[in-house]
Amino acid sequence: MKYSNRIDGKRQRVKTFLATALMFVTAALLMVPFYFMFLSSLKPGTEMLRNGLSLTFDPGVSSFKNYEALNTYRDGIYWHWYKSSLIIMLLQTVIGLVLSSMVGYGLAMYRFKGRNAVFTLVLILMMVPFEILLLPLYRMLIKVHLTDTYFGVILPYLVPPFMIFFFRQYVLGLPKELLEAARIDGCSDYGVFFRIMVPNMIPAYGAMTILSCMNSWNNLLWPLIVLNTNEKFTIPIGMGTTITPYGNAFDVLMPGAVMAVVPIIIVYLFAQKTFIAGLTSGSVKG
Amino acid sequence: MNESSRTTLQKKRWLTDPKIVPYVFIAPFLIFFLVIYLYPFISTILMSFQKIDGPGSVEWIGTKNYEKMWNRNFKQALATTFRYAFWDVVVLTIVPLIFAVILNSSSVKFPAFFKSVFFIPALTSIIVVGIVFRLAFGTLATAPANRVLALFGQPPKDWLMFADTGNFVLVLLTLWRWMGVNIIYYISGLQAIPTDLYEAAKIDGANSVQQFFHISLPGIKPVLIYVITITVLGGFAMFTESVALWAQNNPGGVGRTIVGYMYLMGFYKNNMGMASAVGLVLLGLVLAVNLLQLIAMGFFRKED
Repeated sequence: MKYSNRIDGKRQRVKTFLATALMFVTAALLMVPFYFMFLSSLKPGTEMLRNGLSLTFDPGVSSFKNYEALNTYRDGIYWHWYKSSLIIMLLQTVIGLVLSSMVGYGLAMYRFKGRNAVFTLVLILMMVPFEILLLPLYRMLIKVHLTDTYFGVILPYLVPPFMIFFFRQYVLGLPKELLEAARIDGCSDYGVFFRIMVPNMIPAYGAMTILSCMNSWNNLLWPLIVLNTNEKFTIPIGMGTTITPYGNAFDVLMPGAVMAVVPIIIVYLFAQKTFIAGLTSGSVKG
Repeated sequence: MNESSRTTLQKKRWLTDPKIVPYVFIAPFLIFFLVIYLYPFISTILMSFQKIDGPGSVEWIGTKNYEKMWNRNFKQALATTFRYAFWDVVVLTIVPLIFAVILNSSSVKFPAFFKSVFFIPALTSIIVVGIVFRLAFGTLATAPANRVLALFGQPPKDWLMFADTGNFVLVLLTLWRWMGVNIIYYISGLQAIPTDLYEAAKIDGANSVQQFFHISLPGIKPVLIYVITITVLGGFAMFTESVALWAQNNPGGVGRTIVGYMYLMGFYKNNMGMASAVGLVLLGLVLAVNLLQLIAMGFFRKED
C-alpha cells in the first residue's frame, strides 16, 4: 500500500513537471514576437533593412534614439494617432458598457412581451459578419456628415450584441430578490439598476472593459474607412501608412509598435483579476 | 391613503410604469438595431442590384453583379478564405482545448500566471504584430523562419508569396493571438463541471483520456459550440490579418480574403454594387456554415 502510494506520488510529480514545462515553453514562445519588437525598436532602421529581424542584442548599434524620433517624425504625428486611439477607445468603451449593460439587464431581469424575440435577434446579430454592412454604413455617414469624426468611428459599436449577450448571462446569475427588496424600499426601477445592480455587476464590467478596449484599440477596417485626416488617424491606420512599397520606416514602426502595446497592457493589468473571474462567471451557460 | 398622495401616484410619469420600464432598458438596442443593422442591410440588398457611379447616378441592373462576380479574383479570394477558415477552426478549437484541460487539471503549477501570459498576445494590434510576423517570415535567408528551416537542412522559403505557406503564417498568427482567449472560454466551461463526476469516474477506473471524452467534452459542449461559432465567423470575415501580412492591394492577390475583395471593389474600384453583392454572398456563406455546424453539434436537438 505504502509502496504503491510512493509510485503514485512519483508519477504525479513527473506529470506536474512535464505539464508545467510545456506551459513554460509555450509561454516563452508566445513572448518571442514581443522580444523581437523590443530588440528591433532599439536598432537603426537601416540595420533592420539590411539584416531583418535578429534575436541577438547588439549593443554596438542599439540605443533609445528611435524613441526620441517618435517626437520628430512628421512633426510628431505619432502622438496625434496615439491621442485619437485613446479618445476613441475611451468613448467607445464607456458608452458601449453603459448601454449594453442596460439592455442585457432588461433582458435578464424582466419578463415582457417580445423578450424572446429581442434576445433571438441579439444572438443572430452575433453571427452576422459586421464587415458586410460597412459600405452602406459609410454612405449613411456621408449623408449625415459624420465622416472623418470620432463619433462616426464609434457609431457601429454603441451597443455591441456580444456585450448584451454577456451582460444578460451575467445578470441571470444575480438574485431577483434584490429588485423586489429595493422596490419595497421605494426605489424606482432605474434607481435599483444604478444604485444596486451596477455595483453587483462589476466583474462583468471588468471583463467587458478589456474586450472593448482591445477591440477599439486594434480596430482597423472601419476607422480606415471613416477617417481621412492624417492627424485623426488611429495607431493601426497610422502605422499602416509607414509601410510603403518604397521601404518601411522601421525607425518609427518598431518603437511605435512597442509604445502602442503599453496602454492596453496597463488596462489589462488593472482589470485582469475581475476580467478572468468575470469572463468565467458570465460566459456561456447553455 | 389621502386624496393628494393618490393624485401624485396617478400622475406617476409613464417612464416608471412597470409595463414600460423593460422597454426603456432595451430601447438603446432597438434603435441601434434599426440604424446600424436593418437600414444598412436593406440598402446592401438594394445596392447589390444596382450600378452606382457616384451619388447621382444609380442604375438598376438586375442580377448582373452576381453574374459578373464569378471571376478569377473572386474565386481566388474564396479559396483563400475557405482554406484559412478551415484551418482556423480546426486549430483554434483543438489546441486551446488541450491547453485548457491541462491548465485546469491540478498538474500545473502557477495556472493563473500562465492564463494571464497566454492572454497577452490578444491585446496587441494585428497591424503592429503583423509587421513582426512579416519580417520573421521574410524572404531573406537570415529571416528567423528560414533560419529554423536551415536547422533542418531545408532551403529558405518565400513564405508569403504562396497560398499554402502564406496560409500557414496566417493561421499561426491567429493561433498566437487568440489561443489565450479560447483557453479562458474553455476553462470557464470546465470549471462548471461538478468535480464529483470525476471522482466517480476515477473510482470506476477511468483514465484521464476516458474522463476527457466522457465527462469534460460533453460538459463543455455549450462553450464548444460558442467557440466554434465565433471562430467560423472570424475565419470567414478575416481581413486585418491579411492586410497586416500583405499590402492592402497586392498585385498577385495572395492572401486576399472575401472581405478584402469586397473592400477592393467598393473603395479602390469604386464599384459599390458589386461590393454589396460580394458582402451578401459572404453573409450567406457564414450563416450556412454555422447552421450546418450547429445542426452537426446537435444545438437544435431538445436536451432530455
